[in-house]
Amino acid sequence: MAQITIDTANHIAGYAAKAARVKVVAAYPITPQTTVVEKIADFVERGSMDAEYIRVESEHSAMVACIGAAAAGVRTFTATSAHGLALMHEALHWASGSRLPIVMAVVNRAMGAPWSIWPDLSDSLSQRDTGWIQFYCADNQEVFDTIIQAYKLCENERIFLPAMVCLEGFILSHTYAPVKISDQEKIDDFLPPYKSGWILDVNRPYSHASLVSPEWYMEFRYMIQEAMENAKGLICEIDKEYGKRFGFEYGGLVEKYRCEDADLILLTMGTMASDAKIAVDRLRKEGLKVGSARVRVFRPFPVAELRELSEQAQMFATIDRHISFGLEGFLATEAKASFSSQKDPPLVAGFVAGLGGRDVTSETIEKIAKRSLKWMRSGRVEKETEWVDLRE
Amino acid sequence: MVTIKELPKEEYLLKGHAACAGCGPAIALRLLFKALGNKIILIVPACCTTVIQGPYPFTSSAVPLQNILFEATGAAASGIVAALRQRKLERITVVGWAGDGGTVDIGIQALSGAAERETNFIYICYDNEAYGNTGMQRSGATPYGAWTTTTPSGKRERKKDMPLIMAAHKIPYVATACPSYPVDFVNKLRKAKEITGTKYIHLLAPCPTGWRYDTSKTIEMGRLAVQTGLWALFEIEFRKFKLNSPSDRLVDKAKRRPVEEYLTLQGRFRNLTEEDIKRIRRWVDEDWEQYRKLASNSTSDFALYGKI
Amino acid sequence: MSVNPRSRKEMPLTPLSSPTVGSMGKTGSWRTFRPTVDNSRCTKCTLCWIYCPDGAITRQEDDSPKIDYDYCKGCGVCANECPVKAIEMEREEE
Repeated sequence: MAQITIDTANHIAGYAAKAARVKVVAAYPITPQTTVVEKIADFVERGSMDAEYIRVESEHSAMVACIGAAAAGVRTFTATSAHGLALMHEALHWASGSRLPIVMAVVNRAMGAPWSIWPDLSDSLSQRDTGWIQFYCADNQEVFDTIIQAYKLCENERIFLPAMVCLEGFILSHTYAPVKISDQEKIDDFLPPYKSGWILDVNRPYSHASLVSPEWYMEFRYMIQEAMENAKGLICEIDKEYGKRFGFEYGGLVEKYRCEDADLILLTMGTMASDAKIAVDRLRKEGLKVGSARVRVFRPFPVAELRELSEQAQMFATIDRHISFGLEGFLATEAKASFSSQKDPPLVAGFVAGLGGRDVTSETIEKIAKRSLKWMRSGRVEKETEWVDLRE
Repeated sequence: MVTIKELPKEEYLLKGHAACAGCGPAIALRLLFKALGNKIILIVPACCTTVIQGPYPFTSSAVPLQNILFEATGAAASGIVAALRQRKLERITVVGWAGDGGTVDIGIQALSGAAERETNFIYICYDNEAYGNTGMQRSGATPYGAWTTTTPSGKRERKKDMPLIMAAHKIPYVATACPSYPVDFVNKLRKAKEITGTKYIHLLAPCPTGWRYDTSKTIEMGRLAVQTGLWALFEIEFRKFKLNSPSDRLVDKAKRRPVEEYLTLQGRFRNLTEEDIKRIRRWVDEDWEQYRKLASNSTSDFALYGKI
Repeated sequence: MSVNPRSRKEMPLTPLSSPTVGSMGKTGSWRTFRPTVDNSRCTKCTLCWIYCPDGAITRQEDDSPKIDYDYCKGCGVCANECPVKAIEMEREEE
């Protein structure tokens, strides 16, 4: 029986790991992820989750333990945030290079120094090069659904890559909201037993991941790139199938809102997209043709979807909850890169907002939109990157 | 108690590998396979063995071998053991095979964590007393006075006592070994295999490349290390300390050969002064006083508390 | 997946190396000195077999050693450890 549970996104992530029949969890606590692992520890000890929870002594060990367990043939899960994610950085590379279908919840949190426990996307975005598929969720329901979808995606033989399911700290992680958890039978029907592309097997011995000379290395990297490309189509397929079976779908790589005839499209990620929808509705009432698009999947980057949107839109305003010091937010950079080869590329204005958990309201987004529209009418983006709501 | 002739003829470290001529760790790895067979999973962090395997698409290991990040052997073991348990394949022995760098320095956290979690695997540190893979830089296991590329005038600090550090984790089995005593090593491995929990074996692995001696002397070097008392063969089984032959006879200082017999044969100790050697002698005596106390049951810190 | 792939299609998705004798080629070419066994002195104690770092010495049916010169690196451990000095290290002819 499907049940409606009112719970935090962190607890929901725990429910998803349980529903996905994960067999080994290795995790280390860090604010604001902590309640994910506490929930899982609770499930495992009560016997309601048939799995082992390895209480590792650091995040680096958490990822390596997942790598070991996945290589030895079981479905694995972990969760972390910010500095924990940063600490496991080299292990992220090892996981993707090993083509292991590990799924990890990343509860987005700002990086220090100085310490900040509040949300922004710098932690996961700065791992964009590690060969991990990246999903960004806008609500608790999506967290549950995406984790299930991620396992189906990652364990597909055309993929065999790990995935992060990102959710903003406190905004989602600690906020109670109703989530429909489908019954286990339906989930089992959707998600078959664990599959990986290789396994540690005493009957078929190999050395895995030993030294690879320049003669071979590039081809292995190309295969990862190929898998990422394959993921684009498969993510959409899986999302559609999930929608048919469970009633929830998210637009595949990009969730569009009122973009069909929009002159200006607000490009966002994560929960900001929900506020963007409210702003769009208000602007539309004023007769302004604005739409918003949420980049749900950042890796692989939805180049084709953005190009398609730019066919009728004149301008994009990207709102990054992130900054790459020395340039701009990644959403701005990658959006511009997507349009760069077009004959008549749209204008792109980049906005940096909400770092370290600063609130980004629909009013703020409305202001961003109005500013962008002004530039759009003048045909020129006055400020390529603008930091929003900054103290003077 | 096995004899050398009873050891199996099958080789799972295939010849034509990349180890230096006279490599101590390679001898030990061959012994490991003879002790445990090939139904094992080997975890190998960045270390000499990473290179010894040879490059893709070939390997000299005939058992499944997971290469892993330098500091991560213990964590990988915890993950692999958990997965095998979930798949009801616990009879497969999981073995961590790491150099001294990946054990006493960068790898100590993961190993300590695995031991505290009572991960059911055998961890062997093959100790050639430096970072061999990267060209002989010092490690925490480099002994006092030894030349390495980062301690060219000789290391000033003492060797980290990893076996006793692991014993303090209260794991069921800790042992030291040396390939010069092959039967002792094989017995310890086979014993470890039958024990549930974390088993730690610290193996002194003489290295002609790093220690600067003629390649033919590897086994002789290990023997001298034991005979001078600079390396003691012992076991701490369920917290009961026991010296193994021939170390059990060396509690008597008179029976220990002078340390110079070991030190002067190695180019890495060429810069030792008389002061240094006096210091080394004193420390050997102090260590053996500690071993004597540990071996005498009633006052032992590691007295038998009952089987875990 | 092929042991020695000739194209990308034959490569595994992640480097899986196959157990192979001579992964580094014929390492016997590393030698400067080669060991020779005097079988009349050999007592078949099998110590040379157990101590060879390369496993290049095989134990025959009667426990006498057979050295595989394709893979012997000439380290001399066998000669050093032979209790009856039945193994000589001779300089390789060029």
